[in-house]
Amino acid sequence: MEVTTAAGGAFAYLWLLIGFPLAGAAILLFGGKRTNRWGHYVGTLAVVASAVYAVILLLALMGRSAEDRTAVQHIADWVFINKFSASIALQLDQLSMVFVLLITIVGSLIHVYSIGYMKDDPDRRRFFGFLNLFVAAMLLLVLADNYLLLYAGWEGVGLASFLLIGFWQYKNSAAAAAKKAFVMNRIGDIGMSLGIMLIFVTFGSVTFSTVFDQADQANDTTMTWIGLLLLLAACGKSAQFPLQAWLLDAMEGPTPVSALIHAATMVTAGVYLIVRSGPIFDQTIAASTVVVIIGTITMFLGAFIGSAKDEIKKALAGSTMSQIGYMILAAGLGPVGYVFAIFHLLTHGVFKANLFLGAGSVMHGMKNRENMRRYGALRAAMIVTWLSFMAATFAIMGIPPFSGFWSKDDIIHAAFEHNIIIGICAVLAAGFTGFYMTRMLVMTFFGKARWEDDQHPHESPPVMTIPLIILGIGSIFTGMALLFWGNIETWLEPVTGFETRELAVPAVVLEAITLVVVLIGAAIAIAMYRRSVAVEAPKGNVLVRAARNSMYDDAINDTIAVRPTYWLSRSLVWADRSVIDGIVGGSAAFVGGLSGRMRRLQSGFVRSYALAMLGGAVLVVVVMLLVRLP
Amino acid sequence: MTSAVLNLSTTIPWLTLLGVIPLIGSVVVLLLPRARETLAKQVALAFSLVTLILTVVMALGFHAESRAPFQFTEKYEWVTSLGISYSVGVDGIGLVLVALATVLVPIVMLSGWNDVAAGTTGRGTVKGYFALILALETCMVGVFAATDVFLFYVFFEVMLIPTFFLIGRFGGAKRAYASVKFLIYSLVGGLLMLAALIGLYVVSANVLGHGTFDFMQLVGIDMDPGTEKLLFLGFFIAFAIKAPLWPFHTWLPDAAREATPATAILLIGVLDKVGTFGMIRYLLPIFPAASQWFAPLVIALAVIGIIYGALVALGQSDMKRLFAYSSMSHFGFIALGIFVFTSQGMSGSVFYMLAHGLATAALFAAGGFLMSRRGGSSLISDYGGVAKVAPILGGFFMFAALSALALPALAPFVGEFLVLLGTFERYIVIAVIATIGIVLSAAYALRLYQKTMTGPVAPGIDGIKDLGGREFTSLFPVFALTLVLGVIPGIALNVINPAVDRTLTTVGQTDPQPQLTGTEGGQP
Repeated sequence: MEVTTAAGGAFAYLWLLIGFPLAGAAILLFGGKRTNRWGHYVGTLAVVASAVYAVILLLALMGRSAEDRTAVQHIADWVFINKFSASIALQLDQLSMVFVLLITIVGSLIHVYSIGYMKDDPDRRRFFGFLNLFVAAMLLLVLADNYLLLYAGWEGVGLASFLLIGFWQYKNSAAAAAKKAFVMNRIGDIGMSLGIMLIFVTFGSVTFSTVFDQADQANDTTMTWIGLLLLLAACGKSAQFPLQAWLLDAMEGPTPVSALIHAATMVTAGVYLIVRSGPIFDQTIAASTVVVIIGTITMFLGAFIGSAKDEIKKALAGSTMSQIGYMILAAGLGPVGYVFAIFHLLTHGVFKANLFLGAGSVMHGMKNRENMRRYGALRAAMIVTWLSFMAATFAIMGIPPFSGFWSKDDIIHAAFEHNIIIGICAVLAAGFTGFYMTRMLVMTFFGKARWEDDQHPHESPPVMTIPLIILGIGSIFTGMALLFWGNIETWLEPVTGFETRELAVPAVVLEAITLVVVLIGAAIAIAMYRRSVAVEAPKGNVLVRAARNSMYDDAINDTIAVRPTYWLSRSLVWADRSVIDGIVGGSAAFVGGLSGRMRRLQSGFVRSYALAMLGGAVLVVVVMLLVRLP
Repeated sequence: MTSAVLNLSTTIPWLTLLGVIPLIGSVVVLLLPRARETLAKQVALAFSLVTLILTVVMALGFHAESRAPFQFTEKYEWVTSLGISYSVGVDGIGLVLVALATVLVPIVMLSGWNDVAAGTTGRGTVKGYFALILALETCMVGVFAATDVFLFYVFFEVMLIPTFFLIGRFGGAKRAYASVKFLIYSLVGGLLMLAALIGLYVVSANVLGHGTFDFMQLVGIDMDPGTEKLLFLGFFIAFAIKAPLWPFHTWLPDAAREATPATAILLIGVLDKVGTFGMIRYLLPIFPAASQWFAPLVIALAVIGIIYGALVALGQSDMKRLFAYSSMSHFGFIALGIFVFTSQGMSGSVFYMLAHGLATAALFAAGGFLMSRRGGSSLISDYGGVAKVAPILGGFFMFAALSALALPALAPFVGEFLVLLGTFERYIVIAVIATIGIVLSAAYALRLYQKTMTGPVAPGIDGIKDLGGREFTSLFPVFALTLVLGVIPGIALNVINPAVDRTLTTVGQTDPQPQLTGTEGGQP
């Protein structure tokens, strides 16, 4: 199936891809204050170096025949005992390659932009150190040749996001958001850990090539479980229902972080995991179906939230959820969808970075305030930001020939091939996209100025606008470039497989219908927000209020998970002190003949002691029964 | 396998040397004049460094592939009539634990350099403190190196004395209570072990015709199932108290709270490992049938401990107690890995013992440095925003928290993952429950970090100094070792794995086969 080539030639230094940003992070974080003056340049150069090497690798890979585009480099043994072995080994193939390009190129632009954006922050050096760490971890994630090493990158990404979301850690809200992101991701990691274990128990290996070669031999139930566990992992990292609540809070980080998390790294990891594990999902219709359902739910959930939020970054965060939902949906479709999931991920990576950096540029000129009800008519004040933001908006809406058109349309097409209901959902969500993006565009750049008195909007410096211009151009052309010049379908086919099915209606008709739906969404937004926008948000109906509160995700999580856990924790703290320790103390007092302690023991406490002891005994017995299970 | 190296390793009594040098150091330090405090510290540190260097040299001569059960063996008759001998030796498991002890001693000396002078402690002298730490080192080396069960027992019990004084003399306000509680618990465990030890001796006398405490002769000894279970219990309870497993744990939070950070590191980082080490070394090989019979019970206690410890840690308002409960949760992982009888689980447990020793050192040392800047308070609510004022301390605290939550690329991850994997191979449901622990550990570790290190700067924190040179020097090796072992765990796994395989062979257990057999775990 897969031809593995030993890494030679240009591929002999694969580790450098990760090595550059990792070294950057090490220099900046351990170098301390003395690197303050030039640290941001080192950080930026490190990622640019990786990007340059990535392009060289791309050219080298293109020079090989399609079946010969997998290079594996074994670096060291990592965790091993008897049959279990996971190496530190990197694998570059067509799928990893496109991710590496996205991460390093978009990452470079975000780094450059941050030089300007974080100019006045006293901790800019540390910020760049964390950004480098983020890039390095994400590269490890997509270059690992086995699940355990992927997991290391996966957690590294979690750590870096924790550090960056909580970057302004003197704000309680930022520190809380950072913790929330990490802990919710850890819930997903339960799926990751157990998934890896089940993969090992099934295949006797956690190396991709070995596992995938035998994927068709395992039984369906096992494959379904592996699929569901990996999906749980993906839900955590990619902020998919029901683990989506951390994503909106993650806006507490500086804006370039949001761009990095939403565009090039982190949330794309779940899509990568599912597409990479394609040979597993291909064996299980049940798990794939759940993937599609989760993607569809999140697609709408994000669209609702994005349509109601007034803070520009939170509205964008909703849109990310929704777009990643598209990708997960596509990934669940199997070989008809994998390629398009990745295609959309790449175009989205470009235009979402554009949108976030654009939002950052707007905020930069607006004293870091992000309430769009206090924006308006900014197009005159910041032309470059406005134009690039427009390009990205058209791209995400799927207006031809902007880049999102090509990728989203392919997903909608594939969804129809799979199931008409899913197809209709995908078209409807596109309509929502039209609505919320136009709303954002109109509220920010058009209409009347609703600025607070102290505002003097201005365009950002070139170090910020040049990345915006590059990304703006990318928002227009990435789709076409990947499709017509890059032949993304045939490029990825050896890794992901690719198939198409005939539809009853011609593709053009479908494209036309989708476009009409998008334009209707846009028209509604223009009608609602073009003329006037209330400075205070109107109360709105039930649905609007729910969406504004992110569909009450925090309240739900609090009720079903957080509060019960803390309640249990407090109860056990009490029980540990008074019961377990109390019994010991009681018996010690008994031996020592200290009757005071005894009297207390004999009085009202005795019943709760007895009860707790009984509880403890029952617990032990129940767990022992669980041991008897397989 | 050059004979020169073999000769060298057999002619030099390495392990005795490692035990005796700290003991000599202890005496020398005690003989120094009371007023020469700095000299006492320097001498103590020098002795511990010499011991460390010798350990490294010895470890380099260790043959991972050797078929001999123990290396660096020495044997001298002691009480011949009772079959007691002074015999020592290490396998890969013993080696890494001896190394853990000798690595941590200089680190705790350095981190606890001013523990006694700081005035927050009891009535002991500076030289007494350092002499006790050295004496404890001797016991730690001895307990991991003994290959005679009686000798093991002697070290196991003698160890209590320096520990008792370290807590009782140099601890916090309630040190008397904590040290007595520790002592009583340990004595109860020790008594049960002594009874079981005598029982074992009687069994050996009946079966072999001559009573013995020699480990190698006791392995595989044929005994009546009822007797075996009883003797197993005697040893097990002693080990479960030492480790400590739920519900034998309540001495630990008090001891950890009242002891100085240095003592706590040795207590939780090394001494507690004697419990889990004893399970692998003595329970499994000498009582294989009973070990299997009791395995469901031990697994149940372990997995309850994992979740219970993590939940109680989440609810703590005192950071030292939080560290203690977090350790208890990790001890659950270690015991779990031992009693699932898979090579992945057991290797993970041993590796976790090592990793946890370092993680404990990171937590208590970083925590100790923090507390020393705020009058010794261990109340979490007394802190806030520290990372802004003291970024290096904040960075190390972050690292300690990440160690506690077993982040990949740090050593604890390797241990935790292997334990979970080894468990999963036999008991899926148990593995699923234990895996929930990874969420809880993230919750308590990051909650602690958030409350102490981030947010607005708390009163009393403003203006505190960042880590000084001595503090940095003591924490950095812990950081570096944790990272190195997390990235290249092979350094330790290479010596641990053969010992684990041998132990499992003795117990008669093999790993379950993967579902799709006939395919090897493939490396390209």
